[in-house]
Amino acid sequence: MRLFRRKPGEEFDPTQPLVATGNLGRRHAVSRVAQSLAVAAAIGAVVVLVIVIWAVVSHGIKAINWTFVTSGYPTGVGPYLVGTGEIVAIATLMAMPIGVLIALFLSEYAGRRWTRPVQLILDVMNGLPSIIVAVFIYILIVAPTQKQTGIAAAVALAIIEVPLIARGTQEVLNLVPSHQREAADALGVARWRGILTIILPAALGGIVTATLLSVARAAGETAPVLLIDSLAKGDSVQFNPFGQIPNVPVRIFQLSEEANPEGFTEAWGLSLILIVIILALGLSSRFLLNRSKRKLTR
Amino acid sequence: MSATPPAGTASLKLARSNRQSPARKRADRFGDRALLLICGAAALLALVVIVLIAKEVVEGAQPAISKFGLGFLTHSEWAPPLEKFGGKGVILGTLITSAMALFIGAPVAISIGIFLALLAPPSVRNVISPLVEMLAAIPSVILGFWGVLILGPVLVSTIEPFLHNTLGFIPLFGAPQTTGNSVFNAGLILTIMVIPIIASVTRDLFMAVPSELQDGAAALGSTRWEVIRGVVLPSTLSGITAACLLGLGRALGEAIAVAQVIGGATESHLSLFKTGGTMASLIALQFNSAVSALHTASLYYLAAILLVIGITSNLLASWVGHRFGAAGGETR
Repeated sequence: MRLFRRKPGEEFDPTQPLVATGNLGRRHAVSRVAQSLAVAAAIGAVVVLVIVIWAVVSHGIKAINWTFVTSGYPTGVGPYLVGTGEIVAIATLMAMPIGVLIALFLSEYAGRRWTRPVQLILDVMNGLPSIIVAVFIYILIVAPTQKQTGIAAAVALAIIEVPLIARGTQEVLNLVPSHQREAADALGVARWRGILTIILPAALGGIVTATLLSVARAAGETAPVLLIDSLAKGDSVQFNPFGQIPNVPVRIFQLSEEANPEGFTEAWGLSLILIVIILALGLSSRFLLNRSKRKLTR
Repeated sequence: MSATPPAGTASLKLARSNRQSPARKRADRFGDRALLLICGAAALLALVVIVLIAKEVVEGAQPAISKFGLGFLTHSEWAPPLEKFGGKGVILGTLITSAMALFIGAPVAISIGIFLALLAPPSVRNVISPLVEMLAAIPSVILGFWGVLILGPVLVSTIEPFLHNTLGFIPLFGAPQTTGNSVFNAGLILTIMVIPIIASVTRDLFMAVPSELQDGAAALGSTRWEVIRGVVLPSTLSGITAACLLGLGRALGEAIAVAQVIGGATESHLSLFKTGGTMASLIALQFNSAVSALHTASLYYLAAILLVIGITSNLLASWVGHRFGAAGGETR
């Protein structure tokens, strides 16, 4: 970057006064254009978000009423909502302990040697396309038993949730001040008691946050349920996880594939409910995270 | 610091109750080992799952791999009733849609990152940042549904004819079709999905660039843009690359939204405005209606290819981020 005028062949003379080149105006113009492009990009992203959300809200609100939410197929979507709740709840119950334990391993035990490889495994797991996880569970559980089940879908969702929970928990565990660990050590408290009674409770807010975020992600995941749990009819609420459970994402997917205007209305309504739940989870987790971070870094 | 943190009192209470009796010591030794073992086992479980996924998918694809070999990649006919399976069409479709997402999405996302980290005042940043993250939280099935019903018709009626008329000499911009479902639509939906991922990673990268470096450049007379181009971008280049690889991995592997908007064709062609298919979307569309064992195995073959690409792009992202990430800091 040449900012000041120098004739070709002329040696740099520090005693000479600095004279700005004549293209200062052009440089400022370039800078201003670049900045406004960046602003435009940000505005563009927000506009796209608003357009999508507006489409879902304006179409979805027409579909939603009391019967729509509470009754089953063909007049309502109650069983799908309950079904997604069940599958995600089972998945989270499986994923949360494993995710938290992995995070504990990373922050308390792994040391320099094991941190990198374990984090790499989590990254790879997080980056796996969900359709691959779905195919895997299909081969492992559905194909041998010849039966689609809600529990198999929950296992697939759990695989997707584990790296999210582990990552989020680890970040908060790293915020727990080291003097708390040292204080426990100095008082002769055994390591495991210290971890279970001091470090985990201090990080509880972060664990809840990470779990909420992973629930939001799992609730909208379609590929696993489409391959593993897509045959339920949806006329009644199903509570047996070893049978098929109707669920929201598969229903939206199927309705979007049919060219049926009434089906589209139902899909908009379902989309609105799903988006509201997911955004509410996201907002509450953000609120919780800020609160627990403030507590820890006080 | 003057107030005793609650955790401190807890440890004090613990220590008081700790009489160091032999039984207690034994219990503690056992407890320490047990907790380490459980945590280690959980970490090991993650590794086992990854290895098992690779093993099962490749094993499932074995019939197709032994029948078609690598010719699967270059053969374009996909005809389940005739037992003929070639992946060229969907592999090409995957490459085109992902490239489109990255070519449009990456510059936009990096600009958003620049805006959020360096240009916007905190009050604006605190509003826009969550909104961009909200874009990432929209489930792909809803985005795909929106693509079918809202974006598709707009593309067919206005944007595709315009691009065809002005840039039609490029084979990519062929004649528009009557349906809104097209490779173009899929590429745009993937762009929307990729942008928030890259934007939030690059925002964190740019925020971590030491302000002394930027102030130094500014003090030498650089304009805002020259500071960004001369200091911020070069020092975070590795992180930006890693972020783009993450976005690419997401675009390559997205199945549902693409399945909804791309039209589910399998022949190989370059036109953006025709229907097409990607590896992931073909699996999603045909898995439940596979007509033969070989059909299923061929879908597993596609999954195996996808798995290899997915793991490679992730490892590459992590490697680039760590290897060259001295000034860039964290990649996530």
